[in-house]
Amino acid sequence: MRNVIIEKNHKIAPDIYEMILLSKELSHEGFPGKFVNLYLNDGAHLLPRPISICEVDRENHRTRLIYAVVGKGTKILSSKKEGEKLKVMGPLGNGFKIDEKIDRNLVIGGGIGTPPLLELVKQLKGDTKVYLGFRENPILVEDFEKLGAEVHIATEDGSQGHKGNVIELLEKHDVNADSIYSCGPKPMLRAVAKWSREKNIPAQLSLEERMACGIGACLVCTCKINTEDEKWEYKRVCKDGPVFLRDEVIWE
Amino acid sequence: MKKSSLEVNIAGINLKNPVMTASGTFGSGREYGEFVDLNKLGAVVVKGVSPTPWKGNPTPRVAETHGGMLNSVGLQNPGVDAFIKNDIPFLRQYDTKIIVNVVGKTIEEYCQVAERLATEDIDMLELNISCPNVKEGGVAFGTDRNKVEEVTKAVKKYAKQPLIVKLSPNVTDIAEMAKAAVEGGADALSLINTLTGMAIDIHRKRPVLANVIGGLSGPAIKPIALRMVYQVAQAVDVPIIGMGGIMTGEDAIEFMLAGATGIAVGTGNFINPMATVEIIEYMEKYLTDHNIEDINEIINGLII
Repeated sequence: MRNVIIEKNHKIAPDIYEMILLSKELSHEGFPGKFVNLYLNDGAHLLPRPISICEVDRENHRTRLIYAVVGKGTKILSSKKEGEKLKVMGPLGNGFKIDEKIDRNLVIGGGIGTPPLLELVKQLKGDTKVYLGFRENPILVEDFEKLGAEVHIATEDGSQGHKGNVIELLEKHDVNADSIYSCGPKPMLRAVAKWSREKNIPAQLSLEERMACGIGACLVCTCKINTEDEKWEYKRVCKDGPVFLRDEVIWE
Repeated sequence: MKKSSLEVNIAGINLKNPVMTASGTFGSGREYGEFVDLNKLGAVVVKGVSPTPWKGNPTPRVAETHGGMLNSVGLQNPGVDAFIKNDIPFLRQYDTKIIVNVVGKTIEEYCQVAERLATEDIDMLELNISCPNVKEGGVAFGTDRNKVEEVTKAVKKYAKQPLIVKLSPNVTDIAEMAKAAVEGGADALSLINTLTGMAIDIHRKRPVLANVIGGLSGPAIKPIALRMVYQVAQAVDVPIIGMGGIMTGEDAIEFMLAGATGIAVGTGNFINPMATVEIIEYMEKYLTDHNIEDINEIINGLII
């Protein structure tokens, strides 16, 4: 557990907030795909909020989080003042595994699943294409572009880029790659799993599930994972994941 | 004044302090062991263990509610053989007592687990007849006076360690259930398990939990738990392990004054992973402040 200072906490898009935490340890241990548990210190909303790490600046001890206000807990989080202290546990979970020998990376993000892909793109070697899908109001596009990645956008309302979903855009561009990294809503991940299997490209998927403890003890955030003997078991998204290999995941 | 003693005795087993973990919230201690020195705990009460592996319920399995949470995990566990192989050797590295929560779908299954554990190096069994998240077994046994006695009596025949019976609060008269467990041969009682509850997503018009109904825990249930511990302490003579919404040392002392010899922290671990050790520290301070040498003096110490 760490008591860290909130350097910044402000709105960057409708219902989307950016929070910068100051902690040397957090920034040094923050790897792509890991998350932190934020403790609200609120008598009614007790459980920690798991938020993915968007980016770390190790030199300046900064950890950047991008989160959506989706309920009462994240609403409380959005009201935290700059300069205030916040109890944080983590970084937690298993992030993306980066194979430095890979030449062509394909990163696919959807909505509020996009932030953890930023630190990933920063650390990937080789050529990286980024495909991002949003309902409306894309976020972090410039941040990805600044990293020198080729960025393509799809929005459901057509306000930016391709009108429709990100899979359509991938098909339209007939994209090929050696390795896929993806994070986003379940329907998108399922579509990425199907598409990447058809294209025969290995994929790592970052899943999301409602959590309680965040460290693997309470077994509430489980997902169905294939086991070797053609059976399945519930694995913990927080501790065994959140990043799983595509072929491990069983979709309900 | 010398340092106050926190040692308590439950059914012949000495615990260095009254503080334990509530079953199902702490796994077998491995995960929280990274945050808490397990050597400091009076006991670790492990996640429910069944004769064969149980997969548990579909997700979502959790819903936060005002001052509490609902869960519907459904006793997912790798079964007694995997537990014996992996978890007992792990926990035995620490200087703490091991209490194994026993679950089953039938009386025979509860007995199988107790029998399998009879020769194992564990300190106590906790009979879980109060889980609201499984269709068979669990709370089905815990809400019927005769079944409470029957399952306790049956398991007692196989149990080689002292037997704690964990009671359900989803009953009209908790004292009656406590008496039934004691008549069945319970050496101690633990209470309360979760209260059944639910939450609805009004925009989707669907229950938040995939299982529709779950078990409510956390500070929201503390007054109910405290009342039940008090009532049971008036009704039976066996030691009681009190739990239900304990977050702080003050909460823990309340339970002991109401009649609990031991206390367990469950949901509190999620909210503050250090809760157990902070409670132990507070107990020491409370005894010193009140000039009490032995924590046993406060058990059932409520003045009415």
